[in-house]
Amino acid sequence: MKKKYISAPYLVWMALFIFAPLCLVVYFAFTDKRGNFTFENMSRLSTYAPVFLRSIILAGVATVFCLVMAYPVSYMLSRMKASRQKIMMMIIIMPMWMNFLLRTYAWMSLLERNGLINKFLGFFGVGPFNMINTNGAVILGMVYNYLPFMILPLYSTMVKIDHSLIEAAQDLGGNLYDVLTKVLIPLSMPGITTGITMVFVPSCSTFVISRMLGGDSAFMIGDLIDLQFLGNSYNPHLGSAMSLVLMVLVLLCMSLTNGFADDDSEVML
Amino acid sequence: MKALKKIYWVFILAFLYMPIFVMIAFSFNQSKSRTVWTGFTLKWYVELFKNEAIIKAFFTTMFVALIAATVATVLGTIAAVGIDAMKNWEKSLVINISYMPVVNPDIITGISLLLLFNVFKQWFDFEFGMGTLLISHITFNLPYVILSVLPKLKQMDNRVYEAALDLGCNPTQAFFKVVVPEIMPGIISGFLMALTFSIDDFIISYFNSGHAQTLPVAIYAMARRRVSPEMYALSTIIFLVILAVLLIVNMKAVKDEKDMRVKKEVK
Repeated sequence: MKKKYISAPYLVWMALFIFAPLCLVVYFAFTDKRGNFTFENMSRLSTYAPVFLRSIILAGVATVFCLVMAYPVSYMLSRMKASRQKIMMMIIIMPMWMNFLLRTYAWMSLLERNGLINKFLGFFGVGPFNMINTNGAVILGMVYNYLPFMILPLYSTMVKIDHSLIEAAQDLGGNLYDVLTKVLIPLSMPGITTGITMVFVPSCSTFVISRMLGGDSAFMIGDLIDLQFLGNSYNPHLGSAMSLVLMVLVLLCMSLTNGFADDDSEVML
Repeated sequence: MKALKKIYWVFILAFLYMPIFVMIAFSFNQSKSRTVWTGFTLKWYVELFKNEAIIKAFFTTMFVALIAATVATVLGTIAAVGIDAMKNWEKSLVINISYMPVVNPDIITGISLLLLFNVFKQWFDFEFGMGTLLISHITFNLPYVILSVLPKLKQMDNRVYEAALDLGCNPTQAFFKVVVPEIMPGIISGFLMALTFSIDDFIISYFNSGHAQTLPVAIYAMARRRVSPEMYALSTIIFLVILAVLLIVNMKAVKDEKDMRVKKEVK
């Protein structure tokens, strides 16, 4: 039976719109305007090293916050009655149905110098604090936007953990720390690694959050790439070089956490 | 411990919902300010339907999402059937390339397609717009369809398909009467995923939409100056509609579950 040949139209599509564009990124990264081979784009990248470093650090901090915040949530969720789990899950995913640009924009009005949080604090005679246009605001925006991406994979591995294992650990004299480090965390490792990549990758490459909440102070890789393609400093060759580095960075992050878990994508809905 | 749990839930939910409540509240605000409350009004909900730019962006978004999700579902399902029948090394090669748009940051998928279209522009005469938007949406939707159809094909017993052939179906009939119903749940969840990602996508559309603005692209353009309260109003409406749909679906699921339990007990 020659069933496999019916995927031919897709294979053409894949070659043309997935594979070829990525090859173009590599091609552009190593050529100049006239199409000659060059390393110049790559060597120019060293001037942008601080931006790359800042992106990695901000995304890293946001990922840690997400993990710490999401872990108890997912655990509590996985121990609820099945019908309540569904409802709580829906409540957690619900905010994602509102466009993320608008939600981030709403954070602007919360964090501004004369924004809602400062006004609220003003009633108690505290503040005003400088919150917007700081690295903190950018991290907050990342944690806010990507927290569900951490909760979902954690939850889907934790519901599969047999509760009697945790009880057994407690019966055998394990305290909270023991139960966590010797039972719960090892068993939920696949969820942790998937969650880390699902938060780190979009955080590291964002340009919306940094531009809206970070002002000029928190320039990130995404902003740089955007500027090379649609911004003022039009230079797709340099932009491709940056994208290539970002891509390698992401692959490195993934191989570090080896976060390939293909059965979790279905819970995204 | 119980109190602690409750406090934590309140904290997390407050964190997730605070911006949404802010936006809903300010869709009823009289002035255009995003921080000063000047009184209740419904005028933005009226203005919304007069604002051609927003309505047009809304319809562009829905149109692109529906077409892209449909095309991706058909193409992706057929592709999955073919991939499922491949030899191991072919399979893993195709799957790995297919997953690139999922694994890569959106910005890379976005700029790589932009580069491709720019190269095409040297040979063909076209502008960035609906066409490029549709192609890029179909491209990033395809892996999600394949991702959700493939496992269903793996679970399927191939002998059922062979039985259909033995009983006189031709391959096409066997495909539509046996294979498709069997993998339907995967097809549907793939379609819904594609639809959701399409509606919500900003980054890839931003690089490839040209003059065809989708809602997220329009919001981003506004956010540089000020997002108009009509946009809040539209989002509030969309949010409430989805809330209603999800509530109905979930209520029905919970009720079905209860019915099942009652039936079991009766037996």
